[in-house]
Amino acid sequence: MDHSLLTALIFTPTLGAIFLGLLPSEERIVQRAALVFSLVPFAISLAVLALFDGTRGDFQMIERHAWLPEFGVQYLLGIDGVSLFLVLLTTLLTVLVVLASFGDVHKRVREYMILMLLLETGMIGTLLALDLILFYVFWEVMLVPMYLLIGVWGGPRRIYAAIKFALYTMFGSLLMLVAILYLASLQRAATGATSFDLLKLYELSIPLDTQLWLFAAFGLAFAIKVPMFPFHTWLPDAHVEAPTGGSVILAGVLLKMGTYGFLRFAWPLFPAAAVAAAPYVMAIAVIGIIYGALVAMVQPDLKKLVAYSSVSHLGFVMLGLAAMNVEGVSGSVYQMLNHGLSTGALFLAVGAIYERRHTRQIADFGGLWKVVPIYSVMLLIAMLSSIGLPGLNGFVGEFLCLLGAFGADRRFVAWAVLGVILGAVYLTWMYQRVIFGPITHEENRTLLDLSPREILVFTPIVILVFWMGIYPKSLLSRMEPSIQTIVAHVEKGARSGRESRGREPVTEAKAAVSSAAKAL
Amino acid sequence: MNLPSIDWAPLLPVLAVTTTALAVLIVDLFMQGPDRDALAWLAVLGLAVTAVISAVLWGHPARTLNGTFVVDDYAVFFDLLFCAASILTTLMAVDYLATTGVRGGEYYALVLFATAGMMTMAAATDLIVIFLGLEVMSIAVYVLAGVWRQDVRSNEAALKYFLLGAFATGFLLFGIALVYGATGSTHLDTIATEIGRHGRDGHEMLLLGAGLLIIGFGFKVAAVPFHVWTPDVYEGAPTSVTALMAVGVKAAAFAAFARVFLDSLASARADWSTVLWWLAAATMTVGNLLAITQSNIKRMLAYSSIAHAGYLLVAMVAGGKQGGAALLFYLLAYTAMNLGAFGVVVALARRGEPNETIDRYAGLGFRRPMLALAMAVFMLSLAGVPPLVGFAGKFYVFRAAVDSGYVGLAVIGVLNSVVSAYYYIWIIVTMYMREGEVEPPLLRTRPYLAATIGIAFAATVLLGVFPGIGFALARGGFFSLG
Repeated sequence: MDHSLLTALIFTPTLGAIFLGLLPSEERIVQRAALVFSLVPFAISLAVLALFDGTRGDFQMIERHAWLPEFGVQYLLGIDGVSLFLVLLTTLLTVLVVLASFGDVHKRVREYMILMLLLETGMIGTLLALDLILFYVFWEVMLVPMYLLIGVWGGPRRIYAAIKFALYTMFGSLLMLVAILYLASLQRAATGATSFDLLKLYELSIPLDTQLWLFAAFGLAFAIKVPMFPFHTWLPDAHVEAPTGGSVILAGVLLKMGTYGFLRFAWPLFPAAAVAAAPYVMAIAVIGIIYGALVAMVQPDLKKLVAYSSVSHLGFVMLGLAAMNVEGVSGSVYQMLNHGLSTGALFLAVGAIYERRHTRQIADFGGLWKVVPIYSVMLLIAMLSSIGLPGLNGFVGEFLCLLGAFGADRRFVAWAVLGVILGAVYLTWMYQRVIFGPITHEENRTLLDLSPREILVFTPIVILVFWMGIYPKSLLSRMEPSIQTIVAHVEKGARSGRESRGREPVTEAKAAVSSAAKAL
Repeated sequence: MNLPSIDWAPLLPVLAVTTTALAVLIVDLFMQGPDRDALAWLAVLGLAVTAVISAVLWGHPARTLNGTFVVDDYAVFFDLLFCAASILTTLMAVDYLATTGVRGGEYYALVLFATAGMMTMAAATDLIVIFLGLEVMSIAVYVLAGVWRQDVRSNEAALKYFLLGAFATGFLLFGIALVYGATGSTHLDTIATEIGRHGRDGHEMLLLGAGLLIIGFGFKVAAVPFHVWTPDVYEGAPTSVTALMAVGVKAAAFAAFARVFLDSLASARADWSTVLWWLAAATMTVGNLLAITQSNIKRMLAYSSIAHAGYLLVAMVAGGKQGGAALLFYLLAYTAMNLGAFGVVVALARRGEPNETIDRYAGLGFRRPMLALAMAVFMLSLAGVPPLVGFAGKFYVFRAAVDSGYVGLAVIGVLNSVVSAYYYIWIIVTMYMREGEVEPPLLRTRPYLAATIGIAFAATVLLGVFPGIGFALARGGFFSLG
């Protein structure tokens, strides 16, 4: 039974999308059907969680079928402690987004839901694929529905934002395709058989200069997706123009694909290059943390503020990841989940208020506490979670990221902590301007508080925010064996590169990287 | 005069098509009234029979006409491809011709003659026979381009195509003459052995000849810098003819091109691969960059077809068995998605109002959802988005390039794919994200055109998700050479 659970998880949303296509386009029927079709994969992912053996650090529930045998391309799926929770996040957020869209999507509802479900297939597939070509296929499959969601249901500048999103993402991913092909040709030279099997490619030893090129090609694709400074400029446009559901999925899951890619592919495949590049990655991450926070602070538009806060928060994820020790990577993965929940909640909150007032300007609000108390509480929890208040989930993740980074290179931690403070500043200040103070706009006096449906959307997030803040061990213990496997593999790879060459590859690579940096 | 004894079996596919063409012409004489649907059915039937005959010949290589004409799996692969392309362009044309006021008879016959020429090119193992095939195909297509006799653009297209085509054919013939001078033969196998024997004696003349051959073929496949005719001719010709040109003519030219260069001249690879490298890079880049600025969908597809010729040239540069098989598969992929795209263009055309500007696609996504969905899939496939056939093709081509050490060219190729994504996605933007003002009246809705688009759609999706069978055919086809 195990053996097709992951396939079922990936393709039930596709089946749901096909069924939706056959239904009459009456809004209420489509909405309810879509909710059911999004609940099915969520239920399957819970079953996967129940069957998952949290003590193992390798891949589980592996499914392996030949797809294009002559090229060594396989349909190869597997799950470990890292992808498990990201998959759960994906299936949960999809349900919430479908539920939330009842309020704000009223045109072409059926098409919207179909795209959402297809997007879910792409996202889960990307997280579960262990064959590089299969991974690439799902990676690209994510692109098209998101692009249409922004472009059809988005705001006034949606076309610009959609095209920018699509071109940026494709640019990175196509270079990655060449790198994948090159990697496979190296594999064939080494073993005589072409293979895109990630587990086999992990064992491939690659000369350091080649590793650096390949790491750069993979890294560019992922860095654009994360997005890391200076490749982040598509993000504010895409977020601001996307419909609420699109923003939630974009911030909650799609951005994680970049960091997940680093963790699953770029680091373990090219360990020596990654270790050599780590200080540079950390430096860029810290720049992203501070830059994102500063820019977020001055945004007059709520959605843009949340968008830039993503740039800042993803910086922490990258910082912990680049540290490549168990604390750092655990924090990084934990922070991916946190960011998915807290930023998802923030976008939902912004969407809810936009539905009521049709504006997102911070200056148009103020004094909402008395008018919409439930809403204010939800926003408060989302905000505090995002800041990283101890006792909530964000604290655990940020703390672990910083702890890991401290063990790797403490120079960066000092600057990153500044980002934590700035994060508290811009979020509390935003909250203060929107929720507290006197009511300055008469329209705000008559705002309706959250409906039961909207409360239902926020409830799971709130529960998880507290759960993950108070009892992180329940998640961390399941992740840790897998993270240990990855960290040990990277360390071994970096070390064996050192031994086989008889020189210090890290310093050599550092020299290569810095000379390249000078050339730029 | 001493005539060689002829083995007729390998000639059967070409004979079947030619016979059908003659039958169409004769039946046309006896038909009353304006309705020519029966001729379309006759043509489709003839092509289907041809395809079956060809398929039977798969795996039974045979030579005839003094060894100048061969039916190996390579030729059979292309026969099947041409039959499929011609069947689809014929079906596409049935209602289109009626609405745009073309009498059908000669149209169908010319398509069949062109197909016979294409098949000859794919099966020829002698430069002179290649030339014969090329001329049979080209002359038929020159006429087809001008089949709208009252239309200035169509006339211009035909004349331009004819003049430039004749000029390019001159280069090809001169190239053949020089290769003959260098090796003493026009027969591909003899040329190959002579090159192997002589080493570098008389090499200059051979290279000059090969260079002229590249110009001749480069014109037919629309490679930069021999591409300037393409947008005008593609725009002016009736869309179903454009589809035939973009798909059939290009594939036929590549069939002969690859047989000559990847097989016969393979030992001189070191000399010509650099030329093709630059040709490929220039063709991809120029095609994609110019496609961006087009506001007419047929011109956009013309430049896109130039760009795709560039990707095909990448496969030629990669060479070897992998490169050749990648070339064949890419042609298959290109045929499916491009025919589909032209089918959609045909579906929007009206008498006196071709609806060819991209603006006319605004709002199509919700006005005609199925048609727009098909167009979106064709565009995404052309852009190389998985899991569609265009991605499988690019995967195969770039993999061959990387494996042969042409990583730089593969990088140029993928960067070009990003550029191309812009204009393909622009069509999707227009269809789904902009509101259309006018409701274009519906074409006479008969299933012919819908069937064409449906078949292309199915091929684009299925060969994308399960490319195994296509890969197997392409490999079988190319590996049967030498």
